[in-house]
Amino acid sequence: MKSAVLVFPGINRERDMARTLKLVSGHEPAMVWHAETSLPKGTDLVVLPGGFSYGDYLRCGAIAARSPVMDAVRKFAADGGLVLGVCNGFQILCESGLLPGILMRNARLKFICHDVHLRVERSDTPFTRGYNAGQVIRVPVAHGEGNYAADAETIKRLDGDGRVLYRYCSANGEVGDTHNINGAAQSIAGIVNERGNVLGMMPHPENHVEDIMGCTDGRGLFAGLAAHLERAA
Amino acid sequence: MKARVTVTLKNGILDPQGKAIEGALKSLGVDGIASVRQGKVFDIELPGADKAKAEAALKDAADKLLANTVIENYRVEVLS
Repeated sequence: MKSAVLVFPGINRERDMARTLKLVSGHEPAMVWHAETSLPKGTDLVVLPGGFSYGDYLRCGAIAARSPVMDAVRKFAADGGLVLGVCNGFQILCESGLLPGILMRNARLKFICHDVHLRVERSDTPFTRGYNAGQVIRVPVAHGEGNYAADAETIKRLDGDGRVLYRYCSANGEVGDTHNINGAAQSIAGIVNERGNVLGMMPHPENHVEDIMGCTDGRGLFAGLAAHLERAA
Repeated sequence: MKARVTVTLKNGILDPQGKAIEGALKSLGVDGIASVRQGKVFDIELPGADKAKAEAALKDAADKLLANTVIENYRVEVLS
């Protein structure tokens, strides 16, 4: 696995992400500054980490989405490369047009920072193969704008085409308004693009990968990616 | 030349910030407010005096960055 972690001004989760990628895959990721116009040769996974790129000015992720490196990421994704965006990374992917919809202010207006449960909707994708379909995992969230919204037609298509990979749920896997922490449409926590090679998710799986963190449920996502890429290589 | 781009949320898009402001106005005792929607205003200066060219540049700016047309509408006005 040869991953590249994008670094935008104002991002603050890039080192958590790099540490996790190294821990799970055994390979050090490249850190790629936003002003670069290309990705390191041989990159097979691009990760957009969490944080507050450009201080969330204008709209979350809006300015980072227009930075030079994103043209390279668009091309990489168009060629089938795997792209993972977490938290602010998800917002950047939506603003860049790589994923549909937008992340709005949380329905109850509060910044939410605690562990949540996610239901893994399917296991036959590079982003979920480390889990079983229907499995419930516990990972942290930390966001003020995670309320996924899109037009009704898009939501219907995401649902119908199995492009919702992660949903907010109870510890037992029940999905509903009580467990939908931020008001997201259909309790959406993570979606993929039409081709299935670009995932955006609000929660932080990279923060639950070692025993010292109190939980290792996030590890499956990265282990699955590593297994997928090693088999492809 | 001075211009203004106004970005507003589309109808039907939930605006929790507008709702919070609406609630705050009610609690302040400001009467006669039915509802509040929050938007953004960009005051922009442009060189030159070609109004059509300015409008085209502003529209380009709004489409590319100032507004997210998934949820927002925008209006461009050249003021002087």
